[in-house]
Amino acid sequence: MFQRQTPTPTPPLLVMRGIDKSFGGSPALRGAEFTLGRGEVHALIGQNGAGKSTLIKVLTGYHRRDAGLVEFDGQPFEVHSPHAAQAAGISTIYQEINLVGLRSVAENICLGREPRRFGLLDWRAMHAEARRLLGRFSIDVDVRRPLGSLPTATQQMVAIARAIGFKAKLVIMDEPTSSLDDREVEVLFDVIRQIRADGVSVVFVSHKLDELYAVCDRVTIMRDGTTVRSGPMSEIGKLELVATMLGRELTAVARQGATAFGAKAAHAAGEVLAVDQLAAGPRVRDVSLAVGAGEIVGMAGLLGAGRTETVRVVFGADPAAGGSMRYGGQPFRPTEPADAIARGIGFCTEDRKIEGIVPELSVRENLTLALLPHLTKAGIVDEAEQRRIVERFIQRLGVKCQSPEQPIRELSGGNQQKVLLARWLCMNPKLLILDEPTRGIDVGAKAEIQALIGELAKDGLAVLMVSSEVEEIIEGSDRAYVLRDGQTVAELTGQDLNETELLAAMAHGAHDSREYGHG
Amino acid sequence: MTTSLTSRTPLLVLVGRYGVIAALLLLILFGWARYDNFLGSYNILSFLRYTSMFALVALGMAFVIMSGGIDLSVGAVAAMSSVVAALASPYGLIPGLLAGAAAGLVAGILNGILITRLNIVPFIATLATMLAAGGTGLLLAGNQSVSVSYDTAFVELGQGDLLGFPVPAWIAAIAYVLGSIILNLTAFGRSVLAVGGSEDASRMMGLPADRVKFLVYAGSGLLAGLAGVILAAQFGAGQPIEGVGWELFAIAAVVVGGTLLTGGKGSVESTLAGALLLGLIFNILNFENGLGWISLSAYWQSVIRGLFLLLVVILQAKLVGRDATG
Repeated sequence: MFQRQTPTPTPPLLVMRGIDKSFGGSPALRGAEFTLGRGEVHALIGQNGAGKSTLIKVLTGYHRRDAGLVEFDGQPFEVHSPHAAQAAGISTIYQEINLVGLRSVAENICLGREPRRFGLLDWRAMHAEARRLLGRFSIDVDVRRPLGSLPTATQQMVAIARAIGFKAKLVIMDEPTSSLDDREVEVLFDVIRQIRADGVSVVFVSHKLDELYAVCDRVTIMRDGTTVRSGPMSEIGKLELVATMLGRELTAVARQGATAFGAKAAHAAGEVLAVDQLAAGPRVRDVSLAVGAGEIVGMAGLLGAGRTETVRVVFGADPAAGGSMRYGGQPFRPTEPADAIARGIGFCTEDRKIEGIVPELSVRENLTLALLPHLTKAGIVDEAEQRRIVERFIQRLGVKCQSPEQPIRELSGGNQQKVLLARWLCMNPKLLILDEPTRGIDVGAKAEIQALIGELAKDGLAVLMVSSEVEEIIEGSDRAYVLRDGQTVAELTGQDLNETELLAAMAHGAHDSREYGHG
Repeated sequence: MTTSLTSRTPLLVLVGRYGVIAALLLLILFGWARYDNFLGSYNILSFLRYTSMFALVALGMAFVIMSGGIDLSVGAVAAMSSVVAALASPYGLIPGLLAGAAAGLVAGILNGILITRLNIVPFIATLATMLAAGGTGLLLAGNQSVSVSYDTAFVELGQGDLLGFPVPAWIAAIAYVLGSIILNLTAFGRSVLAVGGSEDASRMMGLPADRVKFLVYAGSGLLAGLAGVILAAQFGAGQPIEGVGWELFAIAAVVVGGTLLTGGKGSVESTLAGALLLGLIFNILNFENGLGWISLSAYWQSVIRGLFLLLVVILQAKLVGRDATG
């Protein structure tokens, strides 16, 4: 599947070949390939878990590769620390800017290679150097100001200036635009083009397709730890890009039977949740959707499309900046999760380990924590009732544990997820929000959970399901919305809910001017 | 991810779980074999009378640590409360008790507000309260110890007996029973562990994380206040400069009891065992001095206590760590 590229006239700056890397027996990279020319802006893309970050971390010496060959600047390349990689000319700019906010711009640029006179810091030279580097990007700031007092975009420029100051030959940018507004993105792109003109190569990791096409020369697509496609950006269309990234055949039509969702429910009756032109933070700009009772509504989109951010706002975990919501026919504006829970909403988070389980507590405790206030009589927990509920749900959901008293951290991912589902189900919710309900769960448990979601909806529960798996959306949901760059770009129902339409919406956005979300 | 309970030696698990109790029993056996009168009623009763204060402070600390926090102010708060209680003691037993406890509660509430409303990290917030409470105690006392009134029944709180046991021991026993009920049987108690185990997850479940944190600091302050009342009543004076290092004793007792310093796991019973264990080390060192074989200065006692503590904590960390990573 990997296509050989035509040889470039000058030898490439970086060649990575046959890179393997496993963590505790599970492979993250399997023979990954990556070739980068000089003065080239190269997009590196892939789904969650495709291996992009691991590949970058192998390159920057953060991880040691198990096998494979790396050549940088014509030499075999062996570094064992990010520091060594930086010294060799590879600088990485992370999503969260990894500079020191309280120190001045100049210090941040020169940290680690401060100019000295007579063994002491030469502040004048340091300021001049910082001004010179930033001046190349036509950025005019007082270099003595603390970095943290500047806008995010400017901080990013400082990070790039620092990289250039270190004589970087390669700058890796990991989702550099995720916290920038449109105008700031333009400035960043200008800077990228400028350093490219100086012969510096850039690896650009982003999930925003339009940006990739705006600034990148070539693209490498990864999936499941291997490189599946590499070539000039102009030769790969958006749809092809998305399809390749998700591992779909473009010609495929509606498939069937790959997931365990039951037959689709008849169309829903009463509206439970309606979201209208919701905006929140940089990632949710204009999202509209509706969920009815007994309906499973899918929410599809590429990474960074704003799906998780949207459902967090619905649950009250993050504040809304604009738009409106209706729940059960009433205006709805939760300020904390407790509000949403009190109105009958449950939320299984994407990040089970951090926002889901309380690892040290038992299965019983984890299952009933949210319900506890309803389980107490005069402040004392009714343990008999608690045990009855726990037993009932362990049985109904088929949770495999030695006993309800077993710490939840000892359970498999699938069983942890079942306990978290039970946590909400025992509260009789009207709306259940599931964010990637089957991620990181083995095949068997995955089918069980999917079947369970189907049954719940049949019993009248409204389900809003975020998923990155195409089958899960197509087969599992009755309707699906597609988000792209924080906007609802498509609503797919019935015959339209198929792979072709879904991928097209992810890649191109809306193709007609339908109104979304008004049931 | 799956459990590997079977692959561990049961003995090790048992030692990990009951290590404190085992150490406690070993020390008692050692003392009984080595010293006359070690298990005599005089020693036992005065041991309980003295250790009760520390046990109360350790109980409050246990809840704070289980919720994922720390309370460095308990020693200074106890000292301040002892002064307040001494000043109120001429009005009687109840006013003295209430005034001392209230002083502790106010300090605890201050900690709670600093941490939950102003989002100051517990380490710093309680450090500030420690300084403020220490200063307040000295101000109220006019830089010296304040005699309690012997005209009222106040001193009974420290020196009296009830049904053959010292009053402080009764107070501590009641506090521990209540503490155990609160931790194990109330929604609040379970929320403490949930918040300590994963604050993010707790918030996403709609648990009132801030209220839980506020209440554990208020409770810790209240218990430190009670300890201060007992301190004043036992020694007949409010002691503005006592209480130095009590917070470390309390933290040590909690940790020795097997409570995770990172929060989310712990028990009231093992905290009591931890407090008793540390108290017993004091007691044994006193006996050792009394034997006259060697004469240990207070400084040496401090060094030995520190080393012993380190040993127990290292052992505990090893065993708990094994239990946690299993």
